[in-house]
Amino acid sequence: MSSRSKTVASDTPAVVLARAGRRKRAPLEPVSTAARWGLALAFFVLFFLVWAFFTIGGYVSPTFLASPITMLREGWLLFVEFNFIHDIGMTVWRVMGGFILAAAIAVPLGIMMGAHKGIEAFLEPFVSFCRYLPASAFIPLLILWAGIGELQKILVIFIGSVFQIILMVAVTVGAARRDLVEAAYTLGASPQGIVRRVLIPGAAPEIAETLRLVLGWAWTYVIVAELIGSSSGIGHMITDSQALLNTGQIIFGIIVIGLIGLISDFAFKAFNRRLFAWSSL
Amino acid sequence: MPAGSQLLEAIKTVNKLAIQGVSRIFTGTKGAKTQALTPIDFNVRENDFVTILGPSGCGKSTLLRIVAGLDQPTTGSVLLDGSPVEGPGAERGMVFQSYTLFPWLTVEQNICFGMRECGAPEPVQKERAAYFIAKVGLRGFEQHYPKQLSGGMQQRTAIARALANDPKILLMDEPFGALDNQTRVLMQELLLGIWESAQKTVLFVTHDIDEAIFMANRVVVFTARPGRIKTELHVDLPHPRHYTIKTSPEFMALKARLTEEIRAESMAAADH
Repeated sequence: MSSRSKTVASDTPAVVLARAGRRKRAPLEPVSTAARWGLALAFFVLFFLVWAFFTIGGYVSPTFLASPITMLREGWLLFVEFNFIHDIGMTVWRVMGGFILAAAIAVPLGIMMGAHKGIEAFLEPFVSFCRYLPASAFIPLLILWAGIGELQKILVIFIGSVFQIILMVAVTVGAARRDLVEAAYTLGASPQGIVRRVLIPGAAPEIAETLRLVLGWAWTYVIVAELIGSSSGIGHMITDSQALLNTGQIIFGIIVIGLIGLISDFAFKAFNRRLFAWSSL
Repeated sequence: MPAGSQLLEAIKTVNKLAIQGVSRIFTGTKGAKTQALTPIDFNVRENDFVTILGPSGCGKSTLLRIVAGLDQPTTGSVLLDGSPVEGPGAERGMVFQSYTLFPWLTVEQNICFGMRECGAPEPVQKERAAYFIAKVGLRGFEQHYPKQLSGGMQQRTAIARALANDPKILLMDEPFGALDNQTRVLMQELLLGIWESAQKTVLFVTHDIDEAIFMANRVVVFTARPGRIKTELHVDLPHPRHYTIKTSPEFMALKARLTEEIRAESMAAADH
């Protein structure tokens, strides 16, 4: 099994694709880990090849779309000449600041709403309403209130995340298995004990998944916040590059955002798996 | 009247559990009323092993849930040691048909759940847990999570979890209903062995006639919905009971009788 996987991994993407297509796979039939990585990589390579074909081949004007090679060169310049690492640091800090603040408030509130139907009836309609207010629409207002400093950026993330987390946590906690709650009652658990020792631990893996999801969304809000009235951050770099028609830098910035998102997502997933080993047994 | 109160005291001590005129009517979403239980009276004496036998949907589980305090009777009351049951509590341990171990806790932590809730010191918890883990034959599985156990092992853990709390009465709602036949028979022997040695008051709901006779010293037969007591049967088979008793003439005679009783009720239930 492992030797076959190895040959798959060392084959070119085209061969991997061909092999996958040779025998018709039944729906839901799993593929080996090696084949998964091979296929995933294959699409990235394909994407870059198509991109390179159109740009280097001269089918698209460089003013509108830089080639992959220009993009990489511009990216390198960003780091060595424009202190891009500082921009990345600023953006990460804003995301984390706003996200952690939102989670710290939303998770306990969501648990309370999920556990106590009265609190849910009181808050749920308002939170549901707020959830549909786009965070970016608050930017002009937040600039009025908090200026164009860090607080404004963090508040954009906060507004974009907090209502989502509250609602999703409340739903998760409210969907607790009733039979486990009843079992806990017959074991002498108090109402407090039910929340602390049944509802929270039972919902914890899904709450962590919710946080992972919302962290992904927070990344989209931060860029919007940085596009307007900002003097640092990846979003700010992108607006600057737009003024200079430097599509290479814009694309590099976008790719960096994607990479950071991917890494944080993987880290979050691995952390959740380790912390809640019981749920993935 | 002193004589009367003495008599009352005597009844109280004899009857561990008293079910007095308990009925239950469910109200549907459109106000339609379903009578699950017609008023029921019966008593369970200390250290009795009573099985409630009835066709599915006869309200036997509803009665057990009312005793557990998980459901409220429409009329009547349940007394445990003379005091009315008002809600769920640790003195009435329950084992459910569905697997209700906490999936985030290990076998040992599951068994310690109730003791931890009442604030028992940790060494005491561990010691008691170890005792009951040995009793249900799960030594070596202390640190396993429920998902790593078979159905039978999960129900054994659930029994240990209920017993570790030292309840006054053990309520069992078709605890072996989801298990395959071989495992179920083994579980019956295990539970009976524990009951023979530990002497607990047990109220056990089942629709399996063999199970009802084998475990019990009293079988209470329920009618089809609306549930009421159709007949009661004393099982005087000697203890300790061995599985071979199931082929004895006495057992067969009881089984033949209960089969007739239940058949009529199942047919009535099927007609609904």
